[in-house]
Amino acid sequence: MKTLYTWSAIAMVVTTSTAGDILLAKAMREIGDLGQLRRKHGIFAVVARVLGSATFLLALLFMTMAFFSLLIGLSWADVSLVGPAAASLTFVTNAVAARIFLKEDVDRRRWFAAILVAAGVLLIAH
Amino acid sequence: MNFRKYLVLLSVVLFSAAGDVMLSRGMKQIGEIHLTNLGSAFSALGNAWVLLGICFLIIFFASYLTALSWADLTFVLPATAFSYVVMALLAHSLLHEQVSVQRWCGIMLIVAGVGFVAGGPSHTEHAPTPAQSAPGLADPDFVKVRK
Repeated sequence: MKTLYTWSAIAMVVTTSTAGDILLAKAMREIGDLGQLRRKHGIFAVVARVLGSATFLLALLFMTMAFFSLLIGLSWADVSLVGPAAASLTFVTNAVAARIFLKEDVDRRRWFAAILVAAGVLLIAH
Repeated sequence: MNFRKYLVLLSVVLFSAAGDVMLSRGMKQIGEIHLTNLGSAFSALGNAWVLLGICFLIIFFASYLTALSWADLTFVLPATAFSYVVMALLAHSLLHEQVSVQRWCGIMLIVAGVGFVAGGPSHTEHAPTPAQSAPGLADPDFVKVRK
């Protein structure tokens, strides 16, 4: 039963972090290079620009959900299982979602990396 | 990619791993959270290790946002996956967690995948929108190129 709880928490972390990451990447793409913005307009302008983005705020909502799912998962299992398993699965789902929603060029190199990561997750889990 | 950008990626790796380990230490002190009492997850915010972990994760988040502003998500995530190794080392040395040979192999596979991506281009160049293009300079035959 504890295993079921652990993997449910991991699944929740994966789903919410993927949504959060995609929205976050979209928001940052819309805002532009933060380093350049800071040099031109100062740190407060950067903070205002980021916090003023609706996409960023929606991403934050999903990431908050992911954070509390992670906290719950950590209370049920070791950090060296929950951390890598959730983050690695998120990496695979992010590759798929980034290709679909962000139109990123996920080439053979990146897909091969996804397969290696998935294999790594299997080893960590069993 | 320049030195400053590598520093940002390194910051993502270190603060993410240290933050997660601190959260874990705090949650171990608090004990299990049951489905019947999910509200107790909020009480975790009163634990010093959880709060310190959150501070580290805020720095991680700022570095992560900076990296995402000039690189693809599918580059940043794997390029910073070395944090799994740092996290396993910290969990083993500070939290005395058992990290089996099998788990180490899994972590190494993940790192190998990461190495693949990190050696590639960091950014997908997209066709400019009409608003971004100068009038008369928009190229309808623009194709995706990568830096």
